[in-house]
Amino acid sequence: MIIAEKKPIEEIIQEVKDFDRILILGCNECVTVCEAGGKKEVEVLASVLRMYFMAQGQEKTIGERTLERQCDHEYLEEIRNIIDDYDAVVSLACGVGVQFAAEKYLTTPLLPGVNTICLGANEDRGLWTERCQACGTCVLARTGGICPVSRCAKRVLNGPCGGSTNGKCEISKDTDCAWQLIIDRLKALDKMDDYEKVAPVKDWSTDRAGGPRTVIREDVKI
Amino acid sequence: MRLKIPTDFRIVRLPCTGKIDIIHILRAFEKGADGLYVVGCMEGDCHFNEGNFQARKRVEQAAGILDKIGVGGERVKMYNLSSGEGPLFAQYSMEMVNKIKELGPSPVKLAKQRMQKKADAA
Ligand code: SF4
Ligand code: SF4
Repeated sequence: MIIAEKKPIEEIIQEVKDFDRILILGCNECVTVCEAGGKKEVEVLASVLRMYFMAQGQEKTIGERTLERQCDHEYLEEIRNIIDDYDAVVSLACGVGVQFAAEKYLTTPLLPGVNTICLGANEDRGLWTERCQACGTCVLARTGGICPVSRCAKRVLNGPCGGSTNGKCEISKDTDCAWQLIIDRLKALDKMDDYEKVAPVKDWSTDRAGGPRTVIREDVKI
Repeated sequence: MRLKIPTDFRIVRLPCTGKIDIIHILRAFEKGADGLYVVGCMEGDCHFNEGNFQARKRVEQAAGILDKIGVGGERVKMYNLSSGEGPLFAQYSMEMVNKIKELGPSPVKLAKQRMQKKADAA
């Protein structure tokens, strides 16, 4: 899922202080699961902003709404009838949701309430870690299911660099060397022969380097 | 045990302090509470193992937020005691009430009162 982190309250206050009617818009998907932008976080942020502005002697209207998703027309349409009641929207969705809402509601300022971090997994309670950088040409089949693109700082594709020490990456003693993990897994799968095969040059045009990416599926189009 | 406790606070019962969420604390202040304290079981004695540790974390989070928005984090506190410690419960309630009196009314409550006056005058 997409992992996001709440923005500091001070930053949000700065962004919204000049608006009188503010809608806090949550999203029921990834940001709910990573506890950054779901209904609960909407309630907390709305309450905090109300109190802050009240204590400052300012009267503001702070509305709350959480949509099933903010990256789909159908759900975003649900706020069309209330959007004009607000001067700005703080979206707690990932960057995708914020932008999609901004595209739809051209004349309403859309402000992000979270920092979108990565595509990751919920490794433990309160711990989310990156697993994929959406490179567009997945190599997991030959790397034992462990991604060298997102988990190796250098994105090397043919075994570890010289900085791999005791299973850790040279960037930090707390970071596993992706290639150590790959080798361990290939051994467990009895697939070390795969490791010996030199990987072909990876097609990076499907990565960010090729500009914004699009998926077109004629078969599902209406 | 007939112990004297202050009359200016309201008790909200919970099945376990682990039930408390940060929004409950914030809502109390939003509604005009001047202070709030959570009384949990002794650390290590939670029937659900860690309910009171969770509560402490949430109280600390709420305090951090209240500090940042100028309401004052010292208005919220977590206490631990066992069910047999009535006198300590009374002592903590006194302590908290005195502390809140010292701090004065919450700025949110004052703002609400001002708004109400304005609305009444209009
Ligand atoms: S190889 Fe590319 S698509 Fe596959 S997990 Fe890694 S970043 Fe994601
Ligand atoms: S130590 Fe391992 S993870 Fe770190 S940069 Fe080198 S190969 Fe990549």
